[in-house]
Amino acid sequence: MDLYEHMGKELFRAHDIPTPLGTVARSPEEAAEATRTFGGRSVVKVQVQAGGRGKGGGVVLVDSPQQASDEAARMLREGFSGHAVDRVLVEELLPIEREFYTSFVLDRGNGEYLAMMTAEGGVDIEGLAADRPEAIRRLHVDPMLGLRTYHVRELVGTLPAAAREGAGDVLRKLYALLVERDATLVEVNPLVQLSDGRVVALDAKVTIDDSALLRQPDLAELRTEFPIDPVEQRANDAGLQYVKLEGEVGIIGNGAGLVMSTLDVVAQHGAKAANFLDIGGGASADTMATSLEVILSDPSVRTVFINIFGGITRCDVVASGVLEALARVEATVPIVVRLDGTNAEEGRAIIAQAAHPRIVSASTMDDAAAEAARLAKEAA
Amino acid sequence: MSILVGADTKLVVQGITGSEGTFHTRRNVAYGTNVVAGVTPGKGGQRLDDIPVFDTVAEATRETGANTSMIFVPPRFAAEAILEAADAGIGLIVCITEGIPVRDMAEAHSYLKGSGAVLVGPNCPGVISPGVANVGIIPGEVCSPGRVGFVSRSGTLVYQIVHELTRKGIGQSTCVGMGGDPVHGIGFIGSLELFERDPDTDLMIMTGEIGGDDEERAAAYVAEHVTKPVVAYIAGFEAPPGKRMGHAGAIVTGSQGTAAAKAAALEAAGVAVARTPTQVAELVAERLG
Repeated sequence: MDLYEHMGKELFRAHDIPTPLGTVARSPEEAAEATRTFGGRSVVKVQVQAGGRGKGGGVVLVDSPQQASDEAARMLREGFSGHAVDRVLVEELLPIEREFYTSFVLDRGNGEYLAMMTAEGGVDIEGLAADRPEAIRRLHVDPMLGLRTYHVRELVGTLPAAAREGAGDVLRKLYALLVERDATLVEVNPLVQLSDGRVVALDAKVTIDDSALLRQPDLAELRTEFPIDPVEQRANDAGLQYVKLEGEVGIIGNGAGLVMSTLDVVAQHGAKAANFLDIGGGASADTMATSLEVILSDPSVRTVFINIFGGITRCDVVASGVLEALARVEATVPIVVRLDGTNAEEGRAIIAQAAHPRIVSASTMDDAAAEAARLAKEAA
Repeated sequence: MSILVGADTKLVVQGITGSEGTFHTRRNVAYGTNVVAGVTPGKGGQRLDDIPVFDTVAEATRETGANTSMIFVPPRFAAEAILEAADAGIGLIVCITEGIPVRDMAEAHSYLKGSGAVLVGPNCPGVISPGVANVGIIPGEVCSPGRVGFVSRSGTLVYQIVHELTRKGIGQSTCVGMGGDPVHGIGFIGSLELFERDPDTDLMIMTGEIGGDDEERAAAYVAEHVTKPVVAYIAGFEAPPGKRMGHAGAIVTGSQGTAAAKAAALEAAGVAVARTPTQVAELVAERLG
């Protein structure tokens, strides 16, 4: 779960990491009011689960409450690179001397945390990493060993001497936050040194491990703060993995790999998937029925492709679920069904016996994808 | 012969008395796997069918000589179960559990480096050497014995592709479901290394998916160390680009983790990359002649 910047900064403050004063504003008026309290000038920052805000007009320095109001109104109205925006962060302006960059990220390559620090912070850190990788100090932290004093010394050694103590303090606290809050990423770009020498986190990007939310109940509650597509919400409520996509073929499958593969094969036959939906392993008839209802409620779906390879999942149960759904909601589009694996014979027999006018059976994944794509084009 | 699991596998099941643990233990026994013990804390002295249950893995190994563990313990306790198995001297640990916090896995992963134990998973379907032993939840009936080694991040893609192979009469030496978690045990490289050495494997299949850079690193390994033919499949060409926060991920891997980037890296290493599961079986058939 990617946190908004203001949420990350709340975690920072709870760990005693210096941040600018800031107020979350949900309206232009609130943004203007916050700017007034900061003496008439501020920085207005769009709050989204995405990067690239600095380059994309999502971070704006303003010189008056009116300008803060205008910028906030624009951000709330237009959103940011496809994301809906319901809040901005308004922060005090600080006298910045220098900009650095630091982060800890779980390195899935070796299962350790990778720490990075550079004296050249700012917007184009990826460009720096590509052009002059030696400008970024990096080291791995063994999670069993933790962040050691010599690690900190090595990392801050790349900074001007006057910033090392303050930056080292931030590093230790960031690592503690990472461990205690089950983060897989904490990134500060920029980490700044002020004219009075203090080192302050001007930004906060924090990603929390979804699998750890059970033991981070306060962070788990933040999930409801992020905007979500209504169909996606319904699917999530039913415990389904669902992602809305742009195409016209509704996809239901079991297992993330098989579903992804199904999207690809449909695309090779010239159609596009309307969604990703994984019913998981061992799905019940009711799960299948709910899945089909969710897909059929999407107006962009012109045909449905159910692709099941039963392992723990039983094809006869899936077949019953399909018929159950069709008894609950009326299908106005064709449904291509391909069943293989555990109890596939029984499942196909159930489908055949029902002889539902909307159901088209197919024997292989390829044939089914071709048929689903053909039907979708026909309906266009 | 086969890799990881075979005729000499003596299996202890951690979490044997849970519903999933019991169900799959029985399926593995029915397949012919030698299940010698189970472990559930507090249930030592009981039995599941003929299988004795112990309170700890150490006891189970002392009493039965178990050399392989399969873990069905709930996510909160699963990393601890991995550590326990490693400390008890288990050589191969297959962790089926899904949803283990990454930090717990990172710690377990670090500890295992010094232990000599091999981990498969977590969040994986397990390992099967068709006709010999099945440790995990891969449906044995879709597999058939043969000379193709298979390693996959996705579980259901194993079933789908093995099914395609079987339709062409191509059997497998061992299928390894490595799992899709960010921090995991044996991966493509470890599996390919074992298959390369296995005299009963003639060709390897690897199936990956978007995210991370396991496939890119496997490509580099193949170019350098693998002499047997390799066929690959990558899922996720149509997956939407993931929301990406921050830059640290991209700096680490130098890759965007897309299916196209992975397929290109593998092709550059001389690996035949199929575009559909059906095509995997076709490419394998061509190479086996």
